[in-house]
Amino acid sequence: MPRTASKPKKKRSKPYTVTSSDTVSVPSASSETKKSSKEKDGKYKLFNKYANASSGVIDPEGIEKLCSKLKVSHTDIKILMLAWKMKSERQGYFTKAEWRRALKALKVDTIKKLKKALPELEQEVRKPLNFSDFYAYSFRYCFTDEKQNCVDIETICQLLDMVLGSTFRDQVDHFVNYLKIQNVYKVITMDQWMGFYRFCNEIIFPDMTNYSLELAWPSILDNFFEWMREKQA
Amino acid sequence: MASRQNPKPMTIDEGSVHIDPAVNKLKRILEGKPEPDFLPGEYIGNYTTIYNMCIQKPPHDQSQELYDKYGGIFEDYAKHTVLPSIMEKHDEYMLRELSRRWDINKIMVRWLSRFFFYLDRYFTVRRSLPSLTEVGMTSFRDHVYNNVHFNVKQVIIALVHKEREGQQIDRALLKNVLDLFVENGMGSIKRYEDDFEDFFLQESASYYSRRSSRWIQEDSCPEYMIKAEESLKKEKERVAHYLHSGTEPKLVDIVQTHLLVLVAKQLLEKENSGCSALLRDDKTDDLSRMYRLYHAIPKGLEPVAAAFRLHVTAEGNALIKQAEDAATSGSVEEQVLVRKIIDLHDKYMAYVMDCFQNDTLFHKALKEAFEIFCNKKVAGSSSAELLATFCDNLFRKAGNDKSNDDSTIESTIDNVVKLLDYISDKDLFVEFYRKKLARRLLFGRFNDDHERSILTKLKGQFGGQFTSKMEGMVTDMQLAKDHQTGFEEHIKNLPKGVDFTVTVLTTGFWPSYKTSDLNLPVEMVNCIESFKAYYAIKTNHKRLMWIYSLGTCNLTGRFDSKPIELIVSTYQAAVLCAFNNTDILTYQELLEQVNLSHEDLVRVLHSLSCAKYKFLNKQPASKTISKTDTFEFNSKFTDKMRRIKVCMRKFKKKKKEKTKLIMIVVKQVPLPPVDDRKKVVEDVDKDRRYAIDASLVRIMKSRKVLPHQQLVSECVEQLSRMFKPDIKMIKKRIEDLITRDYLERDTENPSTFKYVA
Repeated sequence: MPRTASKPKKKRSKPYTVTSSDTVSVPSASSETKKSSKEKDGKYKLFNKYANASSGVIDPEGIEKLCSKLKVSHTDIKILMLAWKMKSERQGYFTKAEWRRALKALKVDTIKKLKKALPELEQEVRKPLNFSDFYAYSFRYCFTDEKQNCVDIETICQLLDMVLGSTFRDQVDHFVNYLKIQNVYKVITMDQWMGFYRFCNEIIFPDMTNYSLELAWPSILDNFFEWMREKQA
Repeated sequence: MASRQNPKPMTIDEGSVHIDPAVNKLKRILEGKPEPDFLPGEYIGNYTTIYNMCIQKPPHDQSQELYDKYGGIFEDYAKHTVLPSIMEKHDEYMLRELSRRWDINKIMVRWLSRFFFYLDRYFTVRRSLPSLTEVGMTSFRDHVYNNVHFNVKQVIIALVHKEREGQQIDRALLKNVLDLFVENGMGSIKRYEDDFEDFFLQESASYYSRRSSRWIQEDSCPEYMIKAEESLKKEKERVAHYLHSGTEPKLVDIVQTHLLVLVAKQLLEKENSGCSALLRDDKTDDLSRMYRLYHAIPKGLEPVAAAFRLHVTAEGNALIKQAEDAATSGSVEEQVLVRKIIDLHDKYMAYVMDCFQNDTLFHKALKEAFEIFCNKKVAGSSSAELLATFCDNLFRKAGNDKSNDDSTIESTIDNVVKLLDYISDKDLFVEFYRKKLARRLLFGRFNDDHERSILTKLKGQFGGQFTSKMEGMVTDMQLAKDHQTGFEEHIKNLPKGVDFTVTVLTTGFWPSYKTSDLNLPVEMVNCIESFKAYYAIKTNHKRLMWIYSLGTCNLTGRFDSKPIELIVSTYQAAVLCAFNNTDILTYQELLEQVNLSHEDLVRVLHSLSCAKYKFLNKQPASKTISKTDTFEFNSKFTDKMRRIKVCMRKFKKKKKEKTKLIMIVVKQVPLPPVDDRKKVVEDVDKDRRYAIDASLVRIMKSRKVLPHQQLVSECVEQLSRMFKPDIKMIKKRIEDLITRDYLERDTENPSTFKYVA
């Protein structure tokens, strides 16, 4: 993003500065660029700490380093949420722009601050409106090439655990079980993925008394439902 | 002073002196007592007396008094004479007296109102009073009728009961009396209804209720129905003879309710004589009666139709089971089964037309019954397949045996089309039929008329798309003949080669056959090339694909003892001809030279060296072919026949078929039925998936937005002409279309779909 953007920027709290005002005074262009360059430096410094020098992006190794610094596991949902926040396009890699986007939105520029911001981020993402967007994003994040539109079962099982495990433990456990046992489906489509989320939200579990095969649920959930019923009998 | 111009005004009492005798005279006449009739003079005199009294100037105008007197005459007469004379009698006698008195009253009214006529001219009109006739009739009603009708009604009902029990009664009398009831309603039917009809209907109801309780216990269903029919007939007659016509619908309703409706279940389900028993025993008369009786009752036929449907279904199921039990080694005798089903259909269709008067309810029941058992599988084969096999055998026999009557074939074809209507997997039938048709056309003799006839009928019933491929196939055969003639013309002038017949098939119409890269003997290659050249002249842009697997050849084997003509498949010919140049060849060499697949080559060699006729000697002489074997032309071979047909075995041995003389495209040994069937079913399933996709896209394109349920039901509806789609499959196809971005779910309402342009 060019440094000399003409849009008035909100005043941000700079590191080590005394003031942090909430007024929306439009600072002069020069002072603004000075401030933003300072801030950007902070973020970029942080970025460069973890980025691969030759490729210019944070690669999986860098992410692992980052995670250990943040004291979260790299399979922790918060990392995925961070990726969502930065609209990261490629799993395992963070570009400079993406990094900046996230840190800017979170208003942080040090590891310490980032670490503190993560729980807040999680709260924000868990809000229903955000979460369904995040949920869809997490599916697309698994694509490894452009034309891809579905994800293999194994990856799905892990992803479900990560993304829905804390809120819908029961459903996820059973569904993952089912996915592993069945052999009709080798991949999951976006429609099926979103369908499962709706299922968790709308269907009473494990009774499933309000589920019906006549409705428009994806067939995989119909099969899941029948499988559950058989088990319960 | 009295004068002619101004006679002294007469008082009513004075007038009565003249009037009363006339009235009494009238009474005596009417009562049948000996009395001379009124002379014209007397008549006029009576009239004039009254007239004069009326025109007297007020206050002497006696109109009111005369009017009252007139009424009084009737009242008096009614109270003192008429009523007592009726009341002192009983039963029929009372009725007669009443009837007599009624007639008398009518005449009396007529006469007296003529005497008193002048009153009606001005007095009653001006004062808006009831007319003289009205007064006379009302008087009877009030003073006579109102007092006697209760007892009279009792008598009538008792008489009706007597008649119902079989005794004769005086119908004319009852008619008179009941007409009396009607007329005493003074224009309204209410007196008849309240004073008689209501009681009568009540009595009839309890009468028939008792009857039906007794009959239902004692009688069988047919017997009961005959009695019921008889009762209805009698009651209608009763109405015609002496009841008011308005009573008929009410009476019929009561009789039907008590005799038929309330006991319907008991009656129809009577063991050994109820509906199912009648169907079982083919009692068409009783069934017709049952229809007649229950037809008039709203919804009365539903239980009968239900019993009919159950019965036909049971019969059909029995036939299916019979066929299953009789099926040996998985092969069903479909000729027998289909004929039996056709006969069953004819039999019960006759029932529907005759006994059940072509009623739509019964057509529907028959259809539903057939749809149930006609879609059952028999020993693993679907009904679609069985029907196709049936047709195949029908046409094969007809093709070979000219003695088979054309009209019976036609009627059988009609029956087949009817049966097909009940089968839901029509597309499966088309596939099987097509495969068998191909074999018939290519390998057997076929009757063009019959083939076209059934296709025309199928087209008429199910539409052009249904039969387009098959029609194409039949047309191809005709074109092939033309091509062949043209080709023979063409090569007439070329040096004589090998006799060569080609049948050109249009891909798309015919089932798919696999091709192979066979290396032909050089003589055959020349034939192929010359035909190719000819064909290229005749047509443009058409590529020929040669199907050697379907061909046959006639070879002359020059054996030591004598030459023998061999009729073999093209594959076999290729292998044999390889020995034209060398006597011995190894398996590998043959493989390279002929270029068949291992599977095919093994089969061919087996048929030539290990089967009945050993044209080749095999080293080692085992019963199976192995890749290290060597083969030598067996010049020592001989047989008493001059011509031998050699069939090729496939790995699973099935019955052999005759081979024919036409070259290149000829019957081959058929594939094992089980594999064939599986492939056909797979192909049909694949086509169904495309059909469902196309249907879904078509629907969504026009509707743009549609909830799930509706989409599914419209799709099923659209496809029902060819097959019954599986709901699960439809769901899967919808999801597939979502993934392919033809459809999407509505974000607000995920059970509604939107078309993605």
